[in-house]
Amino acid sequence: MAGVNWTDSTVEAGGIKLHLKRAGPTAKKARTVVVLHHETGTLDRLPFYDALAAHYDVLLPHHPGYSRSERPAWMRSVRDIAVMHRGLLSGLNIKDAALVGLGFGGWIAAEMASMAPADLSHLVLVGAMGIKPPQGDILDLAITGYVDYARAGFHDQKVFDRVYGAEPSIDQLEMWDICREMSFRIAWKPYMYSQTLPHLLGAVRAPALVVWGDDDRVVPQSAAARYVEALPNARLEIVKASGHCVDMEQPEALAKLIVDFIGPE
Amino acid sequence: MHLMYFTEQPMSAYPEQAGRDFGATALMFSNKHFDPVEGSRLYNNYIEQYMLAEEVGVDGIMLNEHHNAPFCMQAKANIFAALLAGMTKKVKIVMLGNPLPLAENPVRLAEELAMIDMISKGRLVSGFVRGGGQEQLATGVNPAFNRERFEEAHDLVTRAWTQTGPFRFEGTHYQHRVVNPWAVPLQKPYPRVWIPGVISKETIIWAAQQRYPYIALNTSIEQTKKIWELYDSVAADVGYVGGPENRGYLIQVHVSDNEEKAIENARQFRWMQGEFTGLAHPVWSTPSGYGSPSARRAFVEFASGRASNPRGETSFEQQMADLRIIAGTPKTVVAKLKRILEETRPGILALWGNDGRVSQEDSLTCIRLIGQEVFPAIREIAKSLDLKSPFEANAPVHLKYSTDLKPRKAAAAE
Repeated sequence: MAGVNWTDSTVEAGGIKLHLKRAGPTAKKARTVVVLHHETGTLDRLPFYDALAAHYDVLLPHHPGYSRSERPAWMRSVRDIAVMHRGLLSGLNIKDAALVGLGFGGWIAAEMASMAPADLSHLVLVGAMGIKPPQGDILDLAITGYVDYARAGFHDQKVFDRVYGAEPSIDQLEMWDICREMSFRIAWKPYMYSQTLPHLLGAVRAPALVVWGDDDRVVPQSAAARYVEALPNARLEIVKASGHCVDMEQPEALAKLIVDFIGPE
Repeated sequence: MHLMYFTEQPMSAYPEQAGRDFGATALMFSNKHFDPVEGSRLYNNYIEQYMLAEEVGVDGIMLNEHHNAPFCMQAKANIFAALLAGMTKKVKIVMLGNPLPLAENPVRLAEELAMIDMISKGRLVSGFVRGGGQEQLATGVNPAFNRERFEEAHDLVTRAWTQTGPFRFEGTHYQHRVVNPWAVPLQKPYPRVWIPGVISKETIIWAAQQRYPYIALNTSIEQTKKIWELYDSVAADVGYVGGPENRGYLIQVHVSDNEEKAIENARQFRWMQGEFTGLAHPVWSTPSGYGSPSARRAFVEFASGRASNPRGETSFEQQMADLRIIAGTPKTVVAKLKRILEETRPGILALWGNDGRVSQEDSLTCIRLIGQEVFPAIREIAKSLDLKSPFEANAPVHLKYSTDLKPRKAAAAE
């Protein structure tokens, strides 16, 4: 996948510069898939992103306040991020995109789906936050160390070591702290879920795929059933030998599920 | 010179080994280890200490609050302030202070403080703090907005105290349809506000901009001097000259009638496993967004175990040598305090007299010696060094009540 050619650009929105990565097949007009990353920000490149870019026009916006996007001091909710990303898509004249939300990004994707249910081809939620799990609680950044939290996203710690290094760099720790601060600013209380979102998903008629790692220690699997129940056209897939970060732990399996679900192009 | 007595009100009856086994003594350290029978005994011990402090002539009793931790039993400083307002006659009730960002309703706080001021017949000093990181987590308050909430709540409280109601308040973090408390402070324009702190420059700058005295909490002489350098420079920018009336200092001092016993008891200042506030997980004590962005990198290195605590770790012996802990008979204690007064020139001095498992008997002896022997000597030294408290200097309660301002920039433009 080394041949995937990612471009970086910035878009002015909400008073900040939003960082956007984009890649995809050049030869043909491909479907647009918007990938929404975790609350730990995103590494610059991941095999999972490359796997999708082999099929689709992939947009990977860095959420405002995360990774390479500037922080909007005014922002107060995760729904605000969803509105900004909706604005980004309309600014780029992109219609009927598929949304792939990873963890926290799944919450954003679900919000985006709920606010424009007709402007969506497919919805993929992977270990999505955003709904209060009927059983268990979402692992809390506020009381968990940086590395402990990041490691909790993985079933197999050797995979974590490969992705982040056994001892993540100080740059990485600092970035996690910046992302953490932004998560507190917009998702402090109730922590990492919306009380209104489940009631607003009923209008989303687009097909939805809810994916969960079988060993998700960040978002309890009970939330998966709640999403499937709230979305009219959803089904659940469990990925074996995976923690919360299915995209980093089982990239090929997740990409295959998505390609099978959306279609190859 | 304004001279105060302070105790953290330690929950000294908690099982120390349980804290060591858990690896932390704050926030998540289970309250199954809190024994209310012992709690009741200790609260009443502390009342006895405060009553003796008044009897032996201290000027002020300093109060504070913390949450979810054995190092401090005061979960609400206003409760002890209210008790002292009714039980004492002369001492100033010096709150250092109420954690403003933790207030969901600062108007309620303004009302409580106004009640305390009236009941005490105008003896309230209403200090404000940001609250420690763990306090934000213990009370569910967003650490990322800590400083914004501090400043906005301060604005709302002081307006509730000074502006005739009803009025409406539409802030970023606080919105109030009707601000019209039927309880306003006795002291005018409002009770003195002192700001305690340990390290963050932002707080020192803010205090100097308000012309509020800053109370350095157990800093070394060198650190204290740096604090005054910064404070005075900001003071000059806004147009006044910083002096002893703007400077307070809290120091751990145990006094006894014999040197060995004093030193033995002083070891209790490090009773929380050598830490000021006990063992804590770094991300609990400094949640993201709580600290200065400029300290972010150093902090994450510390939090991940790659670097030592940027606040420093020093032994008991080193702290004694640095004069951050002083112990002895009144004579030796006065000599050491004299050096601190000469070097850092505060107008407010608080002695943190007893901590940990120091017995009630020894605590009372300490207070008696402080009131009857140490403070009279300190008053003479302060007089010779011209160290005036804000009361003696008749300093304005806030910058906006100043009549002597000569801003540096305006002066340069003339």
